[in-house]
Amino acid sequence: MARTQLMETADEAVAGIEDGSTVLVGGFGLAGMPFDLIDALIRQGAKDLTIVANNAGNGEVGLAALLKAGRVRKVLCSFPRQVDSYVFDELYLAGKVELEVVPQGNLAERMRAAGAGIGAFYSPTAVGTPLAEGKETRTIDGRDYLLEYPIRGDYALISAHHADGMGNLVYRKTARNFGPVMATAATTTIAQVSEVVPTGALDPEAVVTPSIYVDRVVAVEARHYTVQGAR
Amino acid sequence: MTSLATGTTTGTSTVEHLDRGPLSMDELAEVIARDIPEGSFVNLGIGQPTKIADHLPAELGVVLHTENGMLGMGPAAHGDDVDADLTNAGKVPVTELPGASYFHHADSFAMMRGGHLDVCVLGAYQVAGNGDLANWHTGKPGAIPAVGGAMDLAIGAKDVFVMMGLFGKDGSAKLVPACTYPLTGVGCVSRVYTDHGVFEVGGDEVVVTTTWGISVDELRERLDVPLAVLGG
Repeated sequence: MARTQLMETADEAVAGIEDGSTVLVGGFGLAGMPFDLIDALIRQGAKDLTIVANNAGNGEVGLAALLKAGRVRKVLCSFPRQVDSYVFDELYLAGKVELEVVPQGNLAERMRAAGAGIGAFYSPTAVGTPLAEGKETRTIDGRDYLLEYPIRGDYALISAHHADGMGNLVYRKTARNFGPVMATAATTTIAQVSEVVPTGALDPEAVVTPSIYVDRVVAVEARHYTVQGAR
Repeated sequence: MTSLATGTTTGTSTVEHLDRGPLSMDELAEVIARDIPEGSFVNLGIGQPTKIADHLPAELGVVLHTENGMLGMGPAAHGDDVDADLTNAGKVPVTELPGASYFHHADSFAMMRGGHLDVCVLGAYQVAGNGDLANWHTGKPGAIPAVGGAMDLAIGAKDVFVMMGLFGKDGSAKLVPACTYPLTGVGCVSRVYTDHGVFEVGGDEVVVTTTWGISVDELRERLDVPLAVLGG
């Protein structure tokens, strides 16, 4: 069943996500957040989830809603604390959710490595900082690096602009962010898009995520939110 | 505005600008903008450094990178121009300029880590004379750590500049012999722009190249870092 499945509803798209899964969730703040897939996941009921994302929720929509529903055991992200991350902040300070902070570039590259079959890699980011603790260090050509391991997901929930009937994806502006990387790094990648266009309607030269990385696609009406209070 | 001029010749007399007070952050942004090389690729960190964009004339041809996946970022978007799919790294809605490009996060940080960016300007809690940077975490109990792209930016660009007030609200110096806050990067900062003066760091000695509203002698009293003077 290698070919991308086109699903009728977001609920069908997230069927089968098990308790305890590691779920990669696309988006940077609210741009590119797969709101409908997350809402469907909340209805589906999976719990004890490990979430890998850039942030830990904004306001009370998307990832923040999943956190508020109490389904998340651990968040692995680069930037949890934001102007409107009060849902996460409260859970974290109450000891109800674990946090692992990963530098943003290492977060992206560790998922890229997972998708590309790389066993581990050396990164110069975070050398000499508290986030280097416990990591193997190696000096290469006079520069210090840390050994970083891949981050794999059981599932990736991402949002793209359009899919075609094959499951090829294109994105829109900075809503692209983690989508193309996460799509490669999960066992099952689920994409919500604003429209599924006929196969052949996407310019093959412009496809960003080739269909081989995409397992399920669902078309939903695009919802847009901006982060309140960002400056 | 000659009072903003950066001392480029020799001696204390050209370095010190005592005919005025310290710079406002907007004035400091203007000074930094003037030092951004023509045609360079630049990342401006969240917070004060974003002000620098307002002082970069279009004819300078500077291309702004935002780590959430764009080159050719334009000014903040307002009204009907707001597009939730187009934000900067601070999640503020922005615009795109002709010739802009979009890319995913792994590419965005690859171009940073790979040394392709010319200049990055970051805010800071503290900078040490050796160029160590602390700008991600106060380390206070109960503070929720959040690093974002700070550590990647710190080691990525060819030149890492810091823009900050020289003194904290309590009067303590933020240019220090050694950072007491958790580090973001080691020996990564080359120049520190502050409201009271500009400092070259990361070399054998800290060199003050210009001051505003404060003498070098007074700086030496208030900073625990030994200061050399440009050309002095």
